[in-house]
Amino acid sequence: MPSVTITVNGKPETREVENRTLLVQFLREHLGLTGTHVGCDTSQCGACVVHIDGYSAKSCTMLATQVNGSSVTTIEGLAKGDQLHPMQESFRENHGLQCGFCTPGMVMSSIDLLRVTPKPTERQIREWLEGNICRCTGYHNIVKAIAACAEKQAKA
Amino acid sequence: MYNFNYHQAKNVDEASKLVTSVEEGKVMAGGMTLIPTLKQRLAKPSDVIDLGKIPELKGIKKEGNAIVVGAMTRHFDVANSDVVKQSIPGLAQLAGHIGDPAVRHRGTCGGSIANSDPAADYPSSVLALNATIITNKRKIAADDFFKGLFETALEPGEIITAVSFPIPERSAYMKFPNPASRYAIVGVFVAKTGNNVRVGVTGAGACAFRQKDMEAALSKNFSADAIKDIKQSDNGLNSDIHASAEYRAHLVNVMARRAVQACG
Repeated sequence: MPSVTITVNGKPETREVENRTLLVQFLREHLGLTGTHVGCDTSQCGACVVHIDGYSAKSCTMLATQVNGSSVTTIEGLAKGDQLHPMQESFRENHGLQCGFCTPGMVMSSIDLLRVTPKPTERQIREWLEGNICRCTGYHNIVKAIAACAEKQAKA
Repeated sequence: MYNFNYHQAKNVDEASKLVTSVEEGKVMAGGMTLIPTLKQRLAKPSDVIDLGKIPELKGIKKEGNAIVVGAMTRHFDVANSDVVKQSIPGLAQLAGHIGDPAVRHRGTCGGSIANSDPAADYPSSVLALNATIITNKRKIAADDFFKGLFETALEPGEIITAVSFPIPERSAYMKFPNPASRYAIVGVFVAKTGNNVRVGVTGAGACAFRQKDMEAALSKNFSADAIKDIKQSDNGLNSDIHASAEYRAHLVNVMARRAVQACG
């Protein structure tokens, strides 16, 4: 089987995988990083969003071999020890989650939004989240959490 | 998904040779359509040839009176390109509404066009802007490119390297998206240069097509009113759980009028 090396959350990980192995399978089944979720498995719901070399992408619709040599950040790579990432903290403060299934993808997408658009309008936030579906329909507090995080970052 | 051999091509020549030398080769651009197709076992290629690591296929440049988009340029880059936004705002608008941000970070211009998905956005702009498809073998005029459902003029081993979009005076794209997939139920691209108006329609038929009755009317009078009574025939249009052929025909007129208005 071919071998791939992907730097995941700063650590190079080399594994033998089948060519058909999806990136999300690589993360969950080969590395045991189950924070990245599989929701719809059809690139619509966004529960599987991770960062590839800094930009957000849907890991259920990518092959592990495609990102051989790249850097991937997952939800597990955000917190520094006990200190949550500001976006995670903002989701917590604003009750931006209910069941929590969509949350990893929501957080990863939101961080990428602020990278591209540091001061988004509410409309820009909602448009950016088009590819992240929350079946608890808790969007309102998610949008609030992202706006609050952006505001905090602007002040900092 | 069935397993396959995977190749990361170093250049277009190598990709072209590989795809014709293996049992059943499939070229992969961003993979936003191919990977879901493989996952559903709707395709069983023996070999997948990935174009993802060929740098010369990426990039946007202005050449004379045209914008040339490399085949592997991502939708996100087209949507956010200053030169595209200034020269062909309709194209930036189109690229910025494909799928969602994470999909736009992977999906590519060339991949979308080569696939000729009936609901893909790009083909409408290729027709309306009278683009030229540049491949490793030749240049193909927009009107000769789309042949049918997932069918194009591309020959075995022929790979799109870039698409050259002539800069129009005005352009706009309007689509009625499927709320879940964001694919176009109907999308209409309108481009005007002098008295020449072209109207590209996607989502409605087996592949993208030009609405020539609307083009003739808009060439004489470029206003939404000029086409309000032009009915798109529903004969041969797509009909599925999302929309009937009759509804799609109706949407062609609505989206065309909105696109004309958006041209300003």
